[in-house]
Amino acid sequence: MWCELCQGNFFDEFQMEGVAAEHNEIYLELVPENLSRALKTAQSAKAVKIKLTNKHCPCLRVAVELPSLSSSSRIVTHDIPVGVIPRRLWNDFREPSVPDFDVSIYLPVLKTMKSVVERMKNLSNSIVIEANLNGEMNLKIETDLVSVTTHFKDLGNPPWTSEDGCQSSAQDRDLESMAEARIDIKKLQQLLAGQQVNPTKALCNIVSKRIVHFILLHEDVSLQYFIPALA
Amino acid sequence: MPFSAQPPASGEPYVLTASLDNARHLSSILRAVHFQDHATCFATANGLRVTVEDAKCIQANAFIQAEIFQEYAVQEESVTFRINLSVLLDCLTIFGTSSLPGTSTALRMCYRGYGYPLMLFLEEGGVVTVCKINTQEPDQLLDFDFCSTKVVNKIILQSEGLREAFAELDMTSEVLQITMSPDKPYFRLSTFGNAGSAHLDYPRDSDLMETFHCNQTQTNRYKISLLKPSTKALALSCKVSIRTDAQGFLSLQYMIRNEDGQICFVEYYCCPDEDITEAEM
Repeated sequence: MWCELCQGNFFDEFQMEGVAAEHNEIYLELVPENLSRALKTAQSAKAVKIKLTNKHCPCLRVAVELPSLSSSSRIVTHDIPVGVIPRRLWNDFREPSVPDFDVSIYLPVLKTMKSVVERMKNLSNSIVIEANLNGEMNLKIETDLVSVTTHFKDLGNPPWTSEDGCQSSAQDRDLESMAEARIDIKKLQQLLAGQQVNPTKALCNIVSKRIVHFILLHEDVSLQYFIPALA
Repeated sequence: MPFSAQPPASGEPYVLTASLDNARHLSSILRAVHFQDHATCFATANGLRVTVEDAKCIQANAFIQAEIFQEYAVQEESVTFRINLSVLLDCLTIFGTSSLPGTSTALRMCYRGYGYPLMLFLEEGGVVTVCKINTQEPDQLLDFDFCSTKVVNKIILQSEGLREAFAELDMTSEVLQITMSPDKPYFRLSTFGNAGSAHLDYPRDSDLMETFHCNQTQTNRYKISLLKPSTKALALSCKVSIRTDAQGFLSLQYMIRNEDGQICFVEYYCCPDEDITEAEM
């Protein structure tokens, strides 16, 4: 999973210094729940300050300034323990390169997709997702008891301008023919459950029998999910 | 659209075809009898009956009359098959259980006959789902033989009165004891749990009492665990009829009004627990 935030859209003040001038980056690992808990108090906050500190151990300090009627404001501070990832491991955290996909398609309303996938999850462990360049996408499950297929149509396919001709495989493709991949249904359900709102743009790229790649754009946040195909 | 997504045209060799503008009318009533994975479906020209049984002690029937469907056709005198009810319910609610006002899931149901799967075609907002649910050999169903001539006592209550009572019943009690009598206490529910005994009385002139026909004092006990599933139907219903026969068998009939004001019935039959001793009465 890959999430990108543009700092200018969130922070009034932003300052950092990486390990070295030529590698001006910092990689920290933390427990996501800790961060979400720290930000819970921030719902009514006036300001939030995030700072990397080293008191007893490396910590990400989240200081939440709460509004008050008097002149002295209340401040809630959380120190979230973090692990600093050394530079030799940075390669493991690179954004995966997007492979040449066979079909790229806009996703339907995620709420509809979510309820379909939730029911299908009760029935099967894996799901086949298939789509073509004619704006059609199908979700399929098949077990001994039941087979269920949900057909979406008129979804539209994003126009990919080939910069270097590497996506030409998708453009020469027959409109009707489906590219499909079987993936773990729990992973797809987690992706959909995590979406609180319908993103402004959601698309799905399928590399036949190899990987399904989701890109969700919401306001200024972009989220990318890579779900590998099952054997 | 692939060929498989096309709902079959009428006139094809299906022994059962039915359409509904709102699949929720079917799914909500089926949920009221969903306490076991498997159900037996029995379709005649009058409508569809779905039966669920447990431990040869309790039977629940959901009746969906032919009039509820926009289209309903049975080509044979009766059509019977067994199906996984949990799977059927998941399929019927594939687009979610709480649809927004103004949107509903349309349903078309087809069954070709013995050995074939039950086909469901569901559509909401242009999205089509096709389900093929395998059918199974029907079970031998219990016959409670509960005809109106054998009924000893009969009460019809507004469901709201019973809903509150059931919500407060002492579930640590193994049994629910029902007393119906032409004299006081008329209609009494009793439990015998860890914390002690509790009695709940409904006087015959209560506003909740629609009908009161008790000819004989009867006290019977029923396993509370067997009656618990019937609270699902109780929650949906507007009226409930409580009847007992000479052997102490209990019949609970729930009248359920759907969003379009149509009436459906769910019926529970339960056999009594062992005889009670004088001292406990």
